[in-house]
Amino acid sequence: MKVLAAGVEGSNPTLNISIFAVFVLITLVIVFRASRSTKTATDFYAAGHSFTGPQNGIAISGDYLSAASFLGIAGAIAIYGYDGFLYSIGFLVAWLVALLLVAELLRNTGRFTMADVLSFRMKQGPVRTAAAISTLAVSFFYLLAQMNGAGGLVALLLGVSGTAGQAVVVAVVGVIMIIYVLVGGMKGTTWVQIIKAVLLIVGAFVMTVWVLGKYGFNLSALLGDAVAHGGKTGEALLGPGKQYGATSTSQLDFLSLGIALVLGTAGLPHVLMRFYTVPTAKEARRSVVWAIVLIGIFYLFTLVLGYGAGALVGPETINGAPGKVNSAAPLLALALGGPILLGLISAVAFATILAVVAGLTITASASFAHDIYVNVIKKGDRSAAKAEVKVARWAAVVIGLVAIVGGIATNGQNVAFLVALAFAIAASANLPTILYTLFWKRFNTTGSLWSIYGGVIITVGLIVFSPVVSGAKTSIFPSAHFDWFPLSNPGLVSIPLSFLLGYLGTVLGKDRADEAKYAEMEVRAITGAHAAQAVHH
Amino acid sequence: MGTTEDSAAAPTPAATDWSEVQASPDFAELRRRLRGFVFPMAGLFLAWYLLYVLLADYAHGFMSTKLFGNITVGLLFGLLQFVSTFVITGLYVRFANRVVDPAADKIWHEIEGEQP
Repeated sequence: MKVLAAGVEGSNPTLNISIFAVFVLITLVIVFRASRSTKTATDFYAAGHSFTGPQNGIAISGDYLSAASFLGIAGAIAIYGYDGFLYSIGFLVAWLVALLLVAELLRNTGRFTMADVLSFRMKQGPVRTAAAISTLAVSFFYLLAQMNGAGGLVALLLGVSGTAGQAVVVAVVGVIMIIYVLVGGMKGTTWVQIIKAVLLIVGAFVMTVWVLGKYGFNLSALLGDAVAHGGKTGEALLGPGKQYGATSTSQLDFLSLGIALVLGTAGLPHVLMRFYTVPTAKEARRSVVWAIVLIGIFYLFTLVLGYGAGALVGPETINGAPGKVNSAAPLLALALGGPILLGLISAVAFATILAVVAGLTITASASFAHDIYVNVIKKGDRSAAKAEVKVARWAAVVIGLVAIVGGIATNGQNVAFLVALAFAIAASANLPTILYTLFWKRFNTTGSLWSIYGGVIITVGLIVFSPVVSGAKTSIFPSAHFDWFPLSNPGLVSIPLSFLLGYLGTVLGKDRADEAKYAEMEVRAITGAHAAQAVHH
Repeated sequence: MGTTEDSAAAPTPAATDWSEVQASPDFAELRRRLRGFVFPMAGLFLAWYLLYVLLADYAHGFMSTKLFGNITVGLLFGLLQFVSTFVITGLYVRFANRVVDPAADKIWHEIEGEQP
């Protein structure tokens, strides 16, 4: 296990921690205020369906823009140039799938979870269980990646070196996250995400204008300076291929990643759950429009920040700093505005982690309590529904504690593949099932189970037998060799196979689709009749 | 606290015959127009995205060609992905506001109006 050296040179840890503490304090006050109107299950899971489209759109961007997409993409552009930019395009275009095919129909048919929609016209027990397992798997892998990232980030931003110190920080992040979810439920979590999104986007905007200002608002001049500071291969920064162009396998790997990114977003349970926080499908539509605009603008900022870091800090300094690519944006902040701007950006990066992990935790706990406890174990019993929120709160505590332990146990290891894995499962197990459920009349229980379980098993299986786990220098087990699947991103194989399994299960399965339930779902999905109503306090 | 319990997922009152609504000409027309918009549009943007990814992946020379200053074909295509995403979003919202919402509201009132 590698112990990271002290933080970024010139950083003032006390200042960074103070700014971060102010953020935590303000959000905690808001979360406690939100707790006053959090009583029923609808309040806890869906904030009473009472947020407006624009509010939810800002919260979605706060939920979606993780530390990886801020620090990681800016850093990748600084080091690899154009290839770093490719990620952001996949992450953005993906929202059109959500806008055109999923958001409104989902809002009209479900109440709290993804499983509500997937099990609507199927056999409740088995399909709900499958959807909940997939929800928990995606959320947990994503959560673990974020918690692990928190450990590395503190080394970088707060100068906390040594595993014990980092473990303490991971635990603090986890405990704050549990408090947010436990006390504020979805309403509190949403406000945390809104505040974080505003801070992140404003912070990125200020830095972008600052960088562009240094080049007379001439993008070409900025790119030219990045090339000049890029050393011998500087020219390659302007075109694709620096990171993924090495071999035909890495090219295929990139294609696979690109497909998983664009199809995964609309299958991420924590993204889907956000559509329930608004009162109508029309507001869900407005949410996505706001999210697309904010996320798009943010990724344009990261393009400037990435090349700006390459030009003003230089790839050698970035690669030499603790945290490597992740340090590009903080180092750029330091170069532009000194320790104060660095402190602000560091605090924003932390706020980012907190908002994302809180969203994941509430999603996982809702799925456990609403899907597994109430509807599968208690079979929708009314008395169980009363205990639902209590179960969800306990689930949040347990999930939070497991995430803390996982984050500490994997500290220092590279678990970036977990994010790609989460996207691949979402694109393989969830998206085909959602699309078939909403649009294919014949789709039945057997088809649902085949596509969900098939998607999860194939995706995880391919990862286990990929170079991520064994056979390569960067593998978890570098000296073992069971890496017969060459790609680190399984989407290229797992997504088509899951669509195929959903089709085959439907055709070969003995059960028939419930036509009356399909009629009900289709009419409700499109017209919004009998949709869950907003709660007015 | 005026709580309205959610009706979704609760057993549906027998008053609404969903199959009848589904079979009605109004609903069939609404569904046809909705699918007629979203499916081709989804196909279009996915194909355009896939083309972009394949070019970035396999046509390095073409994508690295400089158009003016340091702006390459790849950068322009990348920025065009942003533009097309914003444009499709705008087109869909206009379509939904003009076509889907009025038709959906009409059917909504027919259903919800029957059972106050």
